[in-house]
Amino acid sequence: MGVLTSYVKDIQAAIASTFEGMSITFSHLMRKPMTIQYPDKIPVPIQETLPLRYRGILEVDLDICTGCLACERICPITCITIGIDMNKETKQRQFTHFDIDVCKCMYCGLCSEVCPTGAIRHSQEFEGASYNPAGLVRHFAPEPSNLYKPKKGGETEPKLITKVDIGLKYLDEFATPDGGGAAEEEAK
Amino acid sequence: MQAFLDQLIQDGAFAGLPKEVVYAIGMVLAAVVVLSVFVAPLAGVTSWLERRVWARMQSRVGPNRVGPQGILQWLADGIKNIMKEDIIPAAADQKLFPLAPYIVFMGFLCAFVVIPFGETLIVADLNIGILYILAVTSLVVVGILMAGWASNNKWSLLGGMRSAAQIVSYEIPAGLSVLTIVFLAGTLSMQGIIKAQGWGPWDWFIFHNPFTFCAFFLFFTAALAEGNRTPFDIPEAESELVAGYVTEYSGMRFLFFFFAEWGNLYVIGAVATTLFMGGWQVPAFFDGYPVLKGVAQFTTFFLKAYFWVFVAMWIRATLPRVRVDQLMGLCWKYMVPLSFVCLLGTIGFMFIDEISRRVFGAITLGFAVATIINFFRRVGFQFRAAKPEAYWKPHI
Repeated sequence: MGVLTSYVKDIQAAIASTFEGMSITFSHLMRKPMTIQYPDKIPVPIQETLPLRYRGILEVDLDICTGCLACERICPITCITIGIDMNKETKQRQFTHFDIDVCKCMYCGLCSEVCPTGAIRHSQEFEGASYNPAGLVRHFAPEPSNLYKPKKGGETEPKLITKVDIGLKYLDEFATPDGGGAAEEEAK
Repeated sequence: MQAFLDQLIQDGAFAGLPKEVVYAIGMVLAAVVVLSVFVAPLAGVTSWLERRVWARMQSRVGPNRVGPQGILQWLADGIKNIMKEDIIPAAADQKLFPLAPYIVFMGFLCAFVVIPFGETLIVADLNIGILYILAVTSLVVVGILMAGWASNNKWSLLGGMRSAAQIVSYEIPAGLSVLTIVFLAGTLSMQGIIKAQGWGPWDWFIFHNPFTFCAFFLFFTAALAEGNRTPFDIPEAESELVAGYVTEYSGMRFLFFFFAEWGNLYVIGAVATTLFMGGWQVPAFFDGYPVLKGVAQFTTFFLKAYFWVFVAMWIRATLPRVRVDQLMGLCWKYMVPLSFVCLLGTIGFMFIDEISRRVFGAITLGFAVATIINFFRRVGFQFRAAKPEAYWKPHI
């Protein structure tokens, strides 16, 4: 290839590649951007699009909490503190406080696995920003409330049925170490 | 502008003040008005638009939070930069370091003196207008080299040296391309060059003959290189030089460099429009209505110039940065010889008769139209080939 030929070919290649490149970038003007405009300009909140087994900030349904303290004992970093005492008037045990320090929590999920009723579980919530660390301590018993006592062999209280079902469903499907047999089903 | 002042002096509007004083006040006023009413918002909005266009070309969104669709982003950036601390490094040259941004800024702002926004809307129609523009925009080199040297920092110095080499080299193809038009128009005055053209594309100098068509692209490429735009932004190449000559600058002084860069984009577009694309020329239809004609001329000129600003943004989103040796090779091996060829070819066309020249002009115009049609066919092909999720709206 002569010098002149390669010279002209260089010019031709420069023009052709610029032309082609500019057509590609121009076509991008008509494409939808990939960006998700979190947090406001999105069709549904991000929380609703997360998978069910997502380990967000812990939540507690005190109505079905038996006060067994299993979660407090198993927590590796003691971010759960539960206070229980006897109400002298009604002669029933009650929660004085049930605090989870989200600052400390490492989202290991052990507490939700040991919970017998599925009262403590991971929610889809992850927006935990706060102006001070004290704001990150979640108080689930702002005022004393009674413990949940399942009746022996009897019916569940009607108003708690849905809550109990949600807790058990959570335990069955998500909180057990093998995912409630989901892994075995996948293996099949 | 001067004619307007002379008229006012004759009417006795200044109560016998010396002529020179009136001129001086007029000049300062014109500079303030041009800077605050036109240049500052223009550079600001260009910076916002560039970020939006660039983002969309890269499948992003860009700044869209400050004001409707983020159009006030430039005000937010300006306020932020004004309130920032103005740091002058202890090892920097204490006099030259603060001075450099203003020299760069002056180099670009002076170009607005001769930019013809309309038949009467021009600060001063110098008879050496285009030479003046080439001269004052070269002042930017002094400022950049000053910034690079005064920062006392190896990145800055390398950036400044690269910029000086680049701008001085690319002056040659730019100057030669301008010379083709000066030959055709027979004048250096910006208004004279525009008056030598017509309102239709067939009367523009870009379609005068095939050589001016090539000269236009040579000029535009060289002007991009002179304006330190991607793909020729090696003076501030982040991957090699941190930020080049602006490394040590902060706050408002930093902003002045970029103010000049974005404003310079419009100057590039305006000069390209003036020289090659008929400037403010509008059809004879507007002759009966002076005000409407003025508005139409300004709009025509602004849109034509801004189209080339858009092309510069578009190129920035498309092409990667060239290496230093590639940059110099492109200039000295390709653009300088080609611009000489264009110059000689145009001289040749000045000797042939008008009818055959018109034929060649029509062929050039036809080629350009075919290229544009082919371009949009390629865009359609790229769009269909990627099977993307289409989004036609400009806002998001």
